[in-house]
Amino acid sequence: MGPVTSTLPRLPALVPPPADLPPRAAALRADVRAFLAEERAAGLWTPRADVWLSGWDERFTRELARRGWLGMTIPQTYGGHGASPLDRYVVTEELLAAGAPVAAHWVADRQIGPTLMRFGTDAQRRRFLPGIAAGEVYFGIGMSEPDAGSDLAAVRTRAVQVDGGWELTGTKVWTSGAHRAHAFFALARSGPRDEQNRHAGLSQFIVLLDAPGVQIRPIPLLTGAHHFNEVVFDRVFVPDDMVLGEIGAGWRQVTGELAFERSGPERFLSTFPLLTALVGELAGTKGSEREIGGLVARLWTLRRMSLAVAASLESGEAPELAAAVVKDLGTRYENEVIDVARLLVTIPPDPGAEGGYARLLADAVLHAPGFTLRGGTNEVLRGIVARGMGLR
Amino acid sequence: MSSESMTTENAELAALAESVFADARAEGTGFDAGLWSTLEETGLARLTLPSDAGGSEGTLADAAVVLAAAGAHAARVPLVETDLLAGWLLHTSGIELPAGPLTAVRGELDVDGDRVRGRLARVPWARAAASVAVLTPARVVLLGPDALTVTDGTNVAEEPRDLVQVAGPALAVAPAPGEVAEELRLRAALGRALLLAGAARGALAASVGYAGEREQFGRPIGRFQAVQQQLALAAAEVAAASAAASAAAATAMAGGIRSDAGRFAIAAAKARTSEAAGAVARIAHQVHGAIGFTREHDLRLLTTRLWAWRDEDGSDAEWNAHLGAAVLAAGAEGLWPQITGEP
Repeated sequence: MGPVTSTLPRLPALVPPPADLPPRAAALRADVRAFLAEERAAGLWTPRADVWLSGWDERFTRELARRGWLGMTIPQTYGGHGASPLDRYVVTEELLAAGAPVAAHWVADRQIGPTLMRFGTDAQRRRFLPGIAAGEVYFGIGMSEPDAGSDLAAVRTRAVQVDGGWELTGTKVWTSGAHRAHAFFALARSGPRDEQNRHAGLSQFIVLLDAPGVQIRPIPLLTGAHHFNEVVFDRVFVPDDMVLGEIGAGWRQVTGELAFERSGPERFLSTFPLLTALVGELAGTKGSEREIGGLVARLWTLRRMSLAVAASLESGEAPELAAAVVKDLGTRYENEVIDVARLLVTIPPDPGAEGGYARLLADAVLHAPGFTLRGGTNEVLRGIVARGMGLR
Repeated sequence: MSSESMTTENAELAALAESVFADARAEGTGFDAGLWSTLEETGLARLTLPSDAGGSEGTLADAAVVLAAAGAHAARVPLVETDLLAGWLLHTSGIELPAGPLTAVRGELDVDGDRVRGRLARVPWARAAASVAVLTPARVVLLGPDALTVTDGTNVAEEPRDLVQVAGPALAVAPAPGEVAEELRLRAALGRALLLAGAARGALAASVGYAGEREQFGRPIGRFQAVQQQLALAAAEVAAASAAASAAAATAMAGGIRSDAGRFAIAAAKARTSEAAGAVARIAHQVHGAIGFTREHDLRLLTTRLWAWRDEDGSDAEWNAHLGAAVLAAGAEGLWPQITGEP
């Protein structure tokens, strides 16, 4: 027939085939739930929205480590547990759904560990991975700069080769938790700018945040809360053995890191504690079934998409398109929870409340602008999807 | 998915289904007899039925692959009705399956011995069906053409949704096994969700293709960021629809259609695919401009199906209400266990 179906084979796969968790996941999930119930019963923390940015609690992080729930995918040789990414998925989604304070270990556990396993040297792994798995070593991300946000290839931080290593000079911004973290991965320009190939000449370095020449200044969020930082390097020395991966391969390494970062449950569960509180407010009432059901159907779908991507990543594929789609849909969903909550319940947000619906709504509203920005803005992600479909 | 061989088998099945449906001519209305013959020859017409019922013993995951292709190519055949609905209903009730395309419907009939009277509204494909399986509150009744007077009706995609007057002998009558009514409803919703996901993918593919060919302002319209962003939004809806429908099929296959997880998954999948349908159709038409809004262009074959199917076998409003009622009954503590399917 005509133009409609003749184009079908050209469309790329937008989502990997459905995947289920392994049967052993049920027991692990039950253990995590029991632990979380115990912690909450003891009043050790209160469920919050957007906990992976704002919930810094080193005691909680060490408790997770004690139970083997940090560095799960890191091999035992390096202090980890040699578990599958799907086991980690179960633990992570349970923690986020409960609104538990996971920020301290978040970056280290999610991407530093896997990236060191992919690109790090044996010495680097031995140095950092045991501490990450023990919940004692925290990391940040040093990608964005004042003039390099969505356009990451525009980074200006310079790495100049010196005797025995490199000297870094420049400024990184929006680094969550840098004021408490021990180290971060800095993306810097180690070769000359090439307008023909803007991705060439970039490298990654492991920078200790207490090194001489590193200055860390807070960039308060619109609420005044201190999570973001500006990290300024003034001729900071990084020895050769702290170069991550290959000199000049920074772009490839960083984009690989982003694929892992885009499709996890944190991309649709940031406001889930608010949804739970909303259901609590409405339980036993009539009239809001359609709206609640709509949020539930969308959430169930997002989780199944995210699991499919996780299983695909585990089998060694890099479903970049599907990961971008999960983040675009998921972060918009996090905002939809707020919209529906406001439609159904008239309790105003209260940032001073100890917990409960009013506090969760306040935190969700005030943190919402970040959902569709972090990890690549949704507009940039849609550009990736458009390119994948052959439009650019 | 349990093994790699499953994926390979599905890839072969997908290639077969793709070639069968792509070769069919989707324009025109009514039953595509040529396509139906091919489906019978290839064993796709009764894919999930047992071999003693003339079926191919395929799984729901296999059905997901085939129905996605059928939807994407706007196939004019009662595939869901024959295989997932009537075939299953008759086999489950111990009635021997007649040959040819079948359809199934729930309704009220006066049954007196083998004499049956009644009126059945909006029966899918009745005019093309060799036999009609009817589920009444207490019985399963198989009717042949001699007992039926069919008045043509359609959905907005011009697919047959006929009025059927019944007066005559039944070919077979059996007591309805327990819980078949619910399973029939869930099977219809699952089949429809899979077709919807396929049609959404077809409409997106057509739009991406058109955006790459149609030139305005001296370049293909797909080069404009405004158009790219819209198509990426449509792609996200298509991805969600495909993921929801195929995950529901996988869940139903693993634990049973009427298991708690199966029920939840099918409800969510029909709701989500129906929601995606409107968004995808809207963007597809916007990208195609005026030509897509005419009968000269084939886009309508997919978009009218999206509009028809989203409201059939339970709309998003109905299934969302069903899910919402379950969630509000379970309360805050029950929400996450329902999402994960793990109590």
